[in-house]
Amino acid sequence: MENKPVIDPFAGLSCPIPQSEYATVLLAHGGGGKLTQQLIQKMFVSQFDNELLAPLHDGAVIPLGALRLAFSTDTYVVDPIFFPGGDIGELAVNGTVNDLAMCGAVPQYLSSAFIIEEGLPMEELWRVVLSMKNAARAAGVTLVTGDTKVVDKGKGDRVFINTSGIGVIAPGVDVSPRNARPGDVIILNGNIAAHGMAIMSVREGLAFETQIVSDTAPLHGLVAQILQADPGVHVMRDPTRGGIASALNEIAGSSRMGIAIIEEAIPMTDEVRGACEILGLDPLYVANEGKMLAFVDPASAPRVLAAMRSHPLGKDAVVIGKVVADHPGLVVMKSTIGGMRVVDMLSGEQLPRIC
Amino acid sequence: MKFLDEYRDRGAAERFAAAIRNITTQPWTIMEICGGQTHTIVKYGIESLLPPEITLVHGPGCPVCVTPLEIIDKAIAIASLPDVIFTSFGDMMRVPGSSKDLLTVRAERGNVRMVYSPLDAVKIAAENPGKKVVFFGVGFETTAPANAMTVWQARRLGLRNFSLLCSHVLVPPAIDALLSSPASRIQGFLAAGHVCTVMGYEEYIPLARKYKVPIVVTGFEPVDILQGLAMAIRQLEEKRTDVENQYARAVRREGNPAARKLLEEVFEVTDRSWRGIGQIPRSGYRLREEFAAFDAERVFDVGGIVAQESPLCIAGEILQGLKKPHECSAFGSKCTPEHPLGAPMVSSEGACAAYYHYGQFRHAAAGQESS
Repeated sequence: MENKPVIDPFAGLSCPIPQSEYATVLLAHGGGGKLTQQLIQKMFVSQFDNELLAPLHDGAVIPLGALRLAFSTDTYVVDPIFFPGGDIGELAVNGTVNDLAMCGAVPQYLSSAFIIEEGLPMEELWRVVLSMKNAARAAGVTLVTGDTKVVDKGKGDRVFINTSGIGVIAPGVDVSPRNARPGDVIILNGNIAAHGMAIMSVREGLAFETQIVSDTAPLHGLVAQILQADPGVHVMRDPTRGGIASALNEIAGSSRMGIAIIEEAIPMTDEVRGACEILGLDPLYVANEGKMLAFVDPASAPRVLAAMRSHPLGKDAVVIGKVVADHPGLVVMKSTIGGMRVVDMLSGEQLPRIC
Repeated sequence: MKFLDEYRDRGAAERFAAAIRNITTQPWTIMEICGGQTHTIVKYGIESLLPPEITLVHGPGCPVCVTPLEIIDKAIAIASLPDVIFTSFGDMMRVPGSSKDLLTVRAERGNVRMVYSPLDAVKIAAENPGKKVVFFGVGFETTAPANAMTVWQARRLGLRNFSLLCSHVLVPPAIDALLSSPASRIQGFLAAGHVCTVMGYEEYIPLARKYKVPIVVTGFEPVDILQGLAMAIRQLEEKRTDVENQYARAVRREGNPAARKLLEEVFEVTDRSWRGIGQIPRSGYRLREEFAAFDAERVFDVGGIVAQESPLCIAGEILQGLKKPHECSAFGSKCTPEHPLGAPMVSSEGACAAYYHYGQFRHAAAGQESS
């Protein structure tokens, strides 16, 4: 009798579900804070573990012969699909373009997959498609493959879009959240929290006197300027969901460095500050879609800052802090009145307060 | 931002901090009543600007924290019913009941909605005549007028499908209860400015006299708090026990008469149980008999609910200022914002959440390691 290796069809089922105090998935598991991280670590990283996934960067960096490719994916479920300053189509292109750019890559090809809810007006889908076309042209990327699914009414929310993308990383460029070093200067390219507050103001029907407009924008051009000024930039990150506080915490965690920032240095418009103030939200945790953080060597910081300021998306670029060897993994901030505090990772959704 | 930046100004903060250092000759323990003030103190690192003689203890003024577990369990039971739309302020959604929170009810397909204004709940009721719409009316005197307005409006509009789950609490009886406790070490109070914008501060005058403590009505920005502390410490040093008003830009002695009239019309004073503290006589509001048809506790059959608190949680001692959050054995280990054992770890105004988020405990731990 032949001794064939037996493949146990139930092997996967014997692997116990990771311990969690949550029997169901909560919305907060998608909030970009600690619960999201726990979900990713316990459910996904533990099972998919490999060295390309391990850095948990915005995209994976894949060596392919002499080339290094950046590969990234993101799904867009924004509600409403049209919002002040943009729409889901533009967001879906810019978001993946930015994730690739944050790996130091030149974004090149995108896929797009649509999950459309039955009943979506054709005219709205058309607007989204045109918007994606324009955004792709502006970002210099080509949409080369895709997929379409339609689900029953009530089983989706108008339209969800997934985009994946690849880009090529130039020789000598090595950008990773693990590369932060003591002394690194942290540069932010402009006013924070506009996207999250733009969405919040329309979603919740909050009528502010002045309209807050999303900052959605493709950052590949700005990144090209930065890499020209300093090909050795250590870390780049676009602080989307979870805001700059979550992005900085992730970098502090990955690099095992401390981060010190200055509250007064972090720019935002008066409209955004006012809206956050009214709702009791901390702008440090509010989403951005056209912002980036660059960690650079102090020697090249003035050059990078000047290069960023010469680009339209970096004209308000400022230094907001630095990397320190003290308190590894922690982000601390000097408050406007001179006190010090820790800027923690958010644990769930930011919830507006009672009074 | 005009009307805010001047109260977050470093120069002004340093002047008041210097004044406090100059006038302080002995140790004083001062309680800020309101959780919003606690957050400002921790968020801006105010304690690091004070001389070592000054101890700040954090009071029970967190509406989410003192709402009894039993009411939260009732809210969860009502929100889980079919044909109910349960509406609430955001920060009540994550407060743990005996077995789950409102966000979990929502994940289990309950119709739970977060609103920004209580009147939005009335609007939802008008738009959904086939559903029973409930608003979770919690809070101190600050939120009471807007919550009173919901039932007032619902009656005016003839809505039969709106009700209020009411668990309102009042500040002065809580101060009375804290000071009458033999364990109290509080020598001065910062009263909550926003409560006083509604109610004024005449109620505090007999308390200051009875217990011989200065009470300073104080705002919520860092410079407000430093100025309020300076005023309280000056009184203590001069052996005065007056009620003073630091927050004069918002608070009048008589408060807001229109709001008080509405409160009088809709609510009556009742005994209320405070989470972690227990029953305090005449310390809350309930709906008057005329508004019984809008009282969720009467509309829904939730009378038999008995709640069980976590034995590890020392929220009661925290809320009475007897202990600080990091002195709790569960703090930061068994109890975190992701897995809160008690409400003070949840709310944006809870003392435990403030200590956790702004890292006081980690600063303290780092200090111990290096010394």
